[in-house]
Amino acid sequence: MHNIGSYNERLNNFSWKIAEDELGYKPGDVINIGWYCSDRICNMGKGEKLALKWEGLGGKAKNYTYNDLRQLSNTIADFLQKLGIKPEERVCLFLDRIPELYIGFVGILKSGAIAQPLFSAFGEDSLHVRMENSGATAIITQKKHLGKVRKIVATLPNLKHVIIVDDNGKNPLQDKEVAFIMDEAKRVEVFESFPTKAESPSVLHYTSGTTGMPKGVKHVHYSLISQYLSSKWVLDLQDDDIYWCTADPGWVTGTSYGIIGAWACGVTQCVNDIGFSADAWYAFIQKHKITVWYSAPTAIRSLMKAGEEVIKNYDLSSLRHLASVGEPLNAEAVIWGEKVFGLPFHDSYWQTETGSIMISNYPGMKIKPGSMGKPFPGITATILDPDTYEPVPTGQAGLIGIKPGWPSMMRMYWNNQEIYDAKFKNGWYIPGDRSYIDGDGYYWFIGRDDDIINTGGHLVSPFEVESALIEHPAVAESAVVAKPDFVNMEVVKAFVCLKPGFIASPELDLEIMNFIRKRLSPLAMPQEIEFVPSLPKTRSGKIMRRILKAQEWGEEIGDTSSLEDD
Amino acid sequence: MEEIREVVLEYVKNEYMEDQDEELTYDTALISGGFVDSFSMVSLKRFLETRYKISLPDNRATPEAFDTVNKITALVQEFLG
Repeated sequence: MHNIGSYNERLNNFSWKIAEDELGYKPGDVINIGWYCSDRICNMGKGEKLALKWEGLGGKAKNYTYNDLRQLSNTIADFLQKLGIKPEERVCLFLDRIPELYIGFVGILKSGAIAQPLFSAFGEDSLHVRMENSGATAIITQKKHLGKVRKIVATLPNLKHVIIVDDNGKNPLQDKEVAFIMDEAKRVEVFESFPTKAESPSVLHYTSGTTGMPKGVKHVHYSLISQYLSSKWVLDLQDDDIYWCTADPGWVTGTSYGIIGAWACGVTQCVNDIGFSADAWYAFIQKHKITVWYSAPTAIRSLMKAGEEVIKNYDLSSLRHLASVGEPLNAEAVIWGEKVFGLPFHDSYWQTETGSIMISNYPGMKIKPGSMGKPFPGITATILDPDTYEPVPTGQAGLIGIKPGWPSMMRMYWNNQEIYDAKFKNGWYIPGDRSYIDGDGYYWFIGRDDDIINTGGHLVSPFEVESALIEHPAVAESAVVAKPDFVNMEVVKAFVCLKPGFIASPELDLEIMNFIRKRLSPLAMPQEIEFVPSLPKTRSGKIMRRILKAQEWGEEIGDTSSLEDD
Repeated sequence: MEEIREVVLEYVKNEYMEDQDEELTYDTALISGGFVDSFSMVSLKRFLETRYKISLPDNRATPEAFDTVNKITALVQEFLG
């Protein structure tokens, strides 16, 4: 029996109080996500149950029970407090997918500070812009990434502490650096979690914007209500499940469902910190007898590419529920899942700002392959006319609109009220995606309403890449657009005009690629660079990315009346 | 053959290994081991094509074919003829 039961009955009888009651929360109570993910589960008598089964490179493996999670997150929270970190100060996590990332996240929340996860593949520029904007007080990192932190530490006046979780004492620590070895630290048995309330800030995730630098999306502790209930009703997490969320906690799926949802539901979750290969992933599912698997279309399409023969080498019969998020899941991938696993992937739709799943396919509900599904109970969604922001008739394409007020909705873009306000039109939150609803109430994704590039489920801002490109000595100007890609849906393509004296060559092409990879991240690195003599611009000098994008996608170029020299 | 192996090893170590203390051998799993991600693999392919003046078709430049220095070297060798 699935947790959600009948979707239609849930719609008719919905109240967020369902989650509040299950979690024992009443309006006005203290609500601390860190406590709910650890102490509460122990108080339910599950202290000896495994919370985390972790595997890393070279066959390394570690297991942590909920009691370990409780004590170790206490220890981290206590350590942060003793360093002098105050409630609501931002503490960054700049770590690979190692246990300290997951348990550290819980510890930060218990201390009352705000957790600011940062994708560990970020280059120093990406790191700097996010830490400078948030005014982070501390960063928790590992030796492997310390070089990038050291390059920017002097330019971050608010940064007081660089905490290194795997310092081996071989090299001297520098100013502001302190070692903290979680597994060797004296465990703190009792720690009074900071008494955060519903609207106390909890997590700060940065997301890319079309114009301007990344924006810090502020969430609050009350987001737990949405994250808990959607983990139960969409991911169908049940007490005896072994759950694997493949997302990196540097992004919102990795925290909302890779930490908070899983542990608030008290399930055992597995994490592997190794790179992708079909064999390694199937072996991981077989070894740990994964039952619920939440992954991404890019990974699913990579598995499809690897073929069906490899699957025959593994016993994957433990799987009982599959879900996907990050970008639209194509119909072929849903059908492939049914064919090779005997189970369809359930696509879900949401974004950093929504904090939890907004539209989804539910266990037990008919799946229309290629559709995002239907709104989560308690979520009022519609399709809006892009000019008037009024709902359009069924079947007509427009912008997705969501009625504000669900528990995990962002509360602010950090230091940016103006852009936050611009996300709301005519009483609706506008995620920036185009879609339509069919006659049965299913949503069908069409595309982004802006120039943001969705590559492998991660959003990349063309503006951020263009800004970095012009810092390369050979680049005069550039335009960055999405290019279609079978595995990643979209990849970054850059059109580059060179400065006088520079000549296009394969060597320069490679140099620019690596320049962006190191400054921003591998995701932002152009997978293709086309050297061009000029870029299409309006008469006022604005680069017309849409013309270049239309060329890449083989689409109509559309109105070019404002094009310079047309 | 030996020269290619050394060049590839050095390039991977200098370009992709963040922790210079990490040991890298000819058989270290680069992609499945998480040292080189699938996005970065494109720049590694571009390096090989530029350096050895070859063209590696996408259906041969797979994560499996790029998973170790030895496998990369064999692939390059094959296209050098």
